[in-house]
Amino acid sequence: MFVVLLVLIVILGSVVFHMVSPWWWSEIASNWVGMDDTIILTFWITGAVFVAIGLFMAYCIWKFRYQKDKRAEYEPENSKLEWTLTILTTIGVIALLAPGLIVWNNFVTVPKGAYEIEVVGQQWGWMYRLPGKDGVLGTTSIKNIDDDNPFGLNTDDPYSLDDVLVDADDLHILVDRPLKLNLRALDVLHDFYVPQFRAKMDMVPGTITYYWFTPIKTGEYEILCAEYCGTGHYAMLGYVYVDEQKEYDEWVNEQMTFEEVLASNGKSDLIKIALNKKNDL
Amino acid sequence: MAADSYEDVVKNKETIPALEVAPQDLYHAKSFWTKYIFCQDAKVIGIQYGLTAVAIGLVGLVSSWLMRMQIAFPGLIPMDAAQYYQLVTMHGMIMVVYLLTALFLGGFGNFLIPLMVGARDMVFPYVNMVSFWVFFLAVIILAASYFVPGGPTGAGWTLYPPQAITSGTPGGDGLGIVLMLVSLAVFVIGFTMGGLNYVITVLQARTRGMTLMRLPLTVWGIFTATVLALFAFPALFVAGIMMTLDNMLGTSFFMPAIIQFGEKLTHEGGSPILFQHLFWFFGHPEVYIVALPAFGIVSDLISVHARKNIFGYRMMVWAIVIIGGLSFIVWAHHMYVAGMNPWFGFFFATTTLIIAVPTAIKVYNWVLTLWRGNIKLTLPMLFSIAFIITFVNGGLTGLFLGNVAVDVPLSDTYFVVAHFHMVMGIAPVLVILGSVYHWFPLITGRFLNERLGRIHFWVTFIGSYSIYFPMHYLGFMGVTRRYFEVFEGEAFTYSITGINQFITIAALITGAVQFLFIYNIIVSSKFGKKAGKNPWKACSLEWRTKDVPPTHGNFDKELPVVYRWAYDYSVPGADEDYITQDTPPSAVANARAEQT
Repeated sequence: MFVVLLVLIVILGSVVFHMVSPWWWSEIASNWVGMDDTIILTFWITGAVFVAIGLFMAYCIWKFRYQKDKRAEYEPENSKLEWTLTILTTIGVIALLAPGLIVWNNFVTVPKGAYEIEVVGQQWGWMYRLPGKDGVLGTTSIKNIDDDNPFGLNTDDPYSLDDVLVDADDLHILVDRPLKLNLRALDVLHDFYVPQFRAKMDMVPGTITYYWFTPIKTGEYEILCAEYCGTGHYAMLGYVYVDEQKEYDEWVNEQMTFEEVLASNGKSDLIKIALNKKNDL
Repeated sequence: MAADSYEDVVKNKETIPALEVAPQDLYHAKSFWTKYIFCQDAKVIGIQYGLTAVAIGLVGLVSSWLMRMQIAFPGLIPMDAAQYYQLVTMHGMIMVVYLLTALFLGGFGNFLIPLMVGARDMVFPYVNMVSFWVFFLAVIILAASYFVPGGPTGAGWTLYPPQAITSGTPGGDGLGIVLMLVSLAVFVIGFTMGGLNYVITVLQARTRGMTLMRLPLTVWGIFTATVLALFAFPALFVAGIMMTLDNMLGTSFFMPAIIQFGEKLTHEGGSPILFQHLFWFFGHPEVYIVALPAFGIVSDLISVHARKNIFGYRMMVWAIVIIGGLSFIVWAHHMYVAGMNPWFGFFFATTTLIIAVPTAIKVYNWVLTLWRGNIKLTLPMLFSIAFIITFVNGGLTGLFLGNVAVDVPLSDTYFVVAHFHMVMGIAPVLVILGSVYHWFPLITGRFLNERLGRIHFWVTFIGSYSIYFPMHYLGFMGVTRRYFEVFEGEAFTYSITGINQFITIAALITGAVQFLFIYNIIVSSKFGKKAGKNPWKACSLEWRTKDVPPTHGNFDKELPVVYRWAYDYSVPGADEDYITQDTPPSAVANARAEQT
């Protein structure tokens, strides 16, 4: 009969652990409160099912323990009971799925006017690109990448010259402004993940993926690579700083544009080509 | 009155003559080699599969120990990041494919299917023998990868390109990944031979009276899982071939143009996500290839040891079949944040959560089988109870991950690790352990030692729950998977060092007690208490053989004739609390059985 005790301890112990656990999510710093809320809802529903099944089972094991001169009840089926349970389960599943899909719909619908920047992952670090004064990110190609052009910008793209290039692991973003991250990987899969923002999406070489969020709290947040990317995966870290306008502007002004990068590398011929293209526009 | 048909005979409670089948032309072993090595007896092949799977599984077990040591006590066992990732990869691949799949289908399938359906052997004994040796070859190739320069692949068991075949990953630019893919391809070939055998045996070689709706749920589980595997493994096979071509011949199925460590590779235009689709088109059914046999077996264990028919048998059969069908349209829930078209999320979240319904029905019916039963707390029953708790826990956390918006924060964290270990690691393993205690008397004629078994049970259940339950909470906090150096991230609300050490110690103890189990098996097979025929008083046919342990050909001159389902326990009016499947109605005239 110790096993009845065991079942009870496991069930109730799980509930107690949940209540006292110091391991819990950090305070949210983005608009994805809906994700947290859906998790909480899921906790309540699944937790209730877990406790109910566990306690019922403990009761059965104790109550219907083997007795030599006793027989089990003979009831092969009970379609009324089976269908009742099926319908109740279906209702529970709908109650979980519906809010989940609503949150997902928000997640995949990027609001108009979201500020777009690019995050680039490569073994094993991060780079960022802001669209510059024209507000548009220039196009890129893997083929263009070399020491002078680490992002592989197309020099004949008129939108590329003013792009702000951040060849470092740290990024600054502006608080309360919806932000769309265009995600690009140069070599293998990566994933730009900040636990406090909740959101994540793999970066896939050969294509550009994205997600969006609005940072709602200033501060310093650690970036973790969340998709296995080889032996240096665990060291692919960085920081996102969510700034007020003033600090943000200061940071942006310290960064170099693509034009400045080319100039500092003595590639004025390329700048000329690009400027001509821009004038044609 | 002469009976015209089988149904008439049953109605009139007469005895049916055994089916007059010419004795199957079995190849009876004449030497040591044909009896124990190249044997054509499904039972021996099943044991060969089992021993091989467990042997390589121990490599997986020790791998997990070493990984856990690195996570909790870095430096105590010297290793670098490459070795850590090789351990992660080999642990995952060995456990999922070479241990669980091979053990459930090759091991239990071979041993139990012919016995339970009332056949003398598999329909193609020779192919069955070849199947095992091809599997054995796959294991050898896998093991060989430890000994090549650079070692085995460290690409993670999902083997995602481009990293799997590039130089930033251990074994990616050497033989490690090549041998892994070749081994998987060989495994699929071997499995296909065995799998066709299992399916055809269930469909064609059932004894007289063994209708499909009288099959024990064990057979339904293994049968459905085998059908899934026959459809799913080809996707893995082609993905492996395509990736090998990308790797060796420079094609670009999965390889886009990339620049790695400043060097431009020659590939162009391939799609890494295509590989993920192929992988998970195999990978998700794979979860059920492991789970469905466990579902089936545990249903039988619960029924036998609760002395009660499985509740809602027909619903249980349909649930297995429906889960099997649905498992082919949910694969992309592994890819919610993989960069596929985000609109797929709506479809795959819906199909995934629909699976919860038939799965929940199975859980209800297991518990309702205990309700008003006469529960014997034997070791198989204890493991079944532990399975239900573990499976319910792991199934419910699946409702978090399947619900696409909730998956976004949890994906790629330890929550996922905890979830899948609960649901497809620990839960099926608990069933395997329970069923070894259950069928050991059939295999060897002796019981396993009860006292060692009890220790094994308590430590295994409490230990494995202690490993994986707290791990979910690390995932909530955002602790990412596959980190060589576990560090105290700034987002973490509490130190993860202590909890990681606790988990590691639990893992070491839980793993160690499995060696006690192996010791028990070795010693008890020689010195265990003699079991005699049908010691659990079970209804199904595997206990109705002429000899215990059953010899080649399984049954006496005549095959048993089946008159009823496998669950006639505690039938009112019957003298005993069980009526075996081959008991004619005339022999239990007073029994008021409702379902046959």
